[in-house]
Amino acid sequence: MAKYLLSVYQPEGTPPAPAELERIMADVAVFEDDAKAAGVWVFSGGLQGQETATVVRAEGDEVLVTDGPFAEAKEYLGGLTIIDCADLDEALHWGRRATRATTLPIEVRPFHWA
Amino acid sequence: MTTEVERVFREEYGRAVSVLVRLLGDIDLAEEMVAEAFAEAVRRWPPVPPSPAGWIITTARNKAIDRHRRESTRGARHAQAALLADEAPVEEVGPVQDDRLRLIFTCCHPALNRAAQVALTLRLLGGLTTPEIAAAFLVPEKTMAQRIVRAKSKIRGARIPYRVPRDADLPERLRSVLAVLYLIANQGRADLAAEAIRLGRRLMELMPDEPEVRGLLALMLLVESRRGARRDGGALVTLDRQDRSRWDHTMITEGHELVRQCLRRGAPGPYQLQAAIQAVHTDGETDWAQVLALYDQLYALTPTPVVALNRAVAVAEVRGPEAGLAAVAGIELDYAPLHAVRADLLRRLGREAEAAREYTRAAELSTDPAERTYLRTRLSSGELGFRSRGL
Repeated sequence: MAKYLLSVYQPEGTPPAPAELERIMADVAVFEDDAKAAGVWVFSGGLQGQETATVVRAEGDEVLVTDGPFAEAKEYLGGLTIIDCADLDEALHWGRRATRATTLPIEVRPFHWA
Repeated sequence: MTTEVERVFREEYGRAVSVLVRLLGDIDLAEEMVAEAFAEAVRRWPPVPPSPAGWIITTARNKAIDRHRRESTRGARHAQAALLADEAPVEEVGPVQDDRLRLIFTCCHPALNRAAQVALTLRLLGGLTTPEIAAAFLVPEKTMAQRIVRAKSKIRGARIPYRVPRDADLPERLRSVLAVLYLIANQGRADLAAEAIRLGRRLMELMPDEPEVRGLLALMLLVESRRGARRDGGALVTLDRQDRSRWDHTMITEGHELVRQCLRRGAPGPYQLQAAIQAVHTDGETDWAQVLALYDQLYALTPTPVVALNRAVAVAEVRGPEAGLAAVAGIELDYAPLHAVRADLLRRLGREAEAAREYTRAAELSTDPAERTYLRTRLSSGELGFRSRGL
C-alpha cells in the first residue's frame, strides 16, 4: 500500500452561492464516508483562504516570518485528502470521485515517505 | 547481431521484457537482463534453440538471480529480485492474461503524457534504442533520454500498476493504447509504421473481440500499402494519380478482409470507419457517395475540424465544388490542408485570385518540403484537381 495526497485546487475569487456550496459539502461528505468505508481514508480537511497563510523561513541563525502564502497564485491549495491505496489506478479512482464531489481539479500525488 | 538473433530480437524483445518486468517488478532491471541475454545469444547461437524466446527469458531470469545473489545486500531495487524466488502470480483482474498486454497498458497509462507513452512503447515493446526513438521524433537524444527516465520514475514512484485494466476502465484505457499506435504509424517513417503494424497485430491476437483494434490494424495496413506510390522522386503524388502497381496488394487484401470482419461485427468506431474509407479508396474507382456516408458517420462520432475537412472534400466530389466550399466554410482552423482544399475548390469555381491566396497560405503552413513543392507547383501550373485526402 502507498499513501497519496489528493490536493484540491481552488480558484481565487467569489466562492459558490450558499445553496451550491451546501450541495458540494454534502457530496464531499459522501465521498469521505465512502473512502472511509473502503478503508482507504487517512485524513482530510479544507483550508482557510490563502490570505490567512504565513511563511516562516530559516535564514542563517534567524527565522524570517512573512505575511501571505509562499506563492501568490490564481489557483491555490484549498484542501486535501490523504488516502492509502494499492496503486495509482486505485488512487485515481478516488481522485475522480473527489473532483466530482468538489467540482474542482484534484492533483493526485504519491508520498515518498509517510 | 547475427541475422537470427536480430530476427528473434525484433519478434520477441517485447515479450521477454514484459515477462521479466512481471518477475522482477522493475523495468530498468528487466531491460538490462534482457539485453544481457541477447548479448549471450550473440555469443552462443547458432544453433538457435527450439524456443528462442523461452531461451532468452530463462537466460535473462537466471542472470537476474545471479545478480541478486551477488548483490543481495545492495539497494532496494535489487531486493525486488526476491520476487524471483517465490514467483508470486500477478493479481489478475483484467480479461486477458498476457505480459505484453500488461506492459502496453502500463506504457500507455493516461497518467503519462502522450510523448512519454509513445517513447516507452517503442522502447519497451519495440526494442528501439533511445537514439533511434530520438531520431524518429526529431528531438535531441538527451531530451528523449530524460523523457524515458522521467516516465519510468513516474511508473515506479506513483505506482502505475502492471496490469490489464478492469472491464469498466478498458474502453478509455484502450483508446490511449490505440492512439499511441496510430501516432507511431503516422510518424512518416517506414520502420516505425512497420513497428506499429507489428504491435497492432499482437494487440489484435491478444484482444480479438475489440473491433477498434481490428479497425486500427486495417487502417494502418491500408495507409501503409500506398507508401511506395506516394512519392515520385521527392515529389508528392496524390491518390488519384498514383501508380497502383506500386501499391502493396498483400497489405490491401489483408486490410480489406479486416474491414469486412469489422463490418460483420456491426460496432463501428472511429478507427473502423477510417479503415473503411481507406478500403473504398483502395478498391477500384473511388465510390465518393460511400466515402461521404462514412465521413458522415465518422463526424457524428468524432466531430473534429480535420474530419470536417475530409468530409468537405467528399461533399465536393459528390455534390460539386460549391457545396464543398460551403462545407469548408464553418471550419475554424489555420491548417495547410484546409487552405489547399479551399484553394482547389475556388479554382474549380474559376475564382483564381482567391485560390492563389489559399495556395500561398497552404505552402507557408506546410512543414513537409515535398508537400510545399507540390503546393507551389499547383500555384503556378494552373492545373486543377488537388485532392487533400489523396496521399
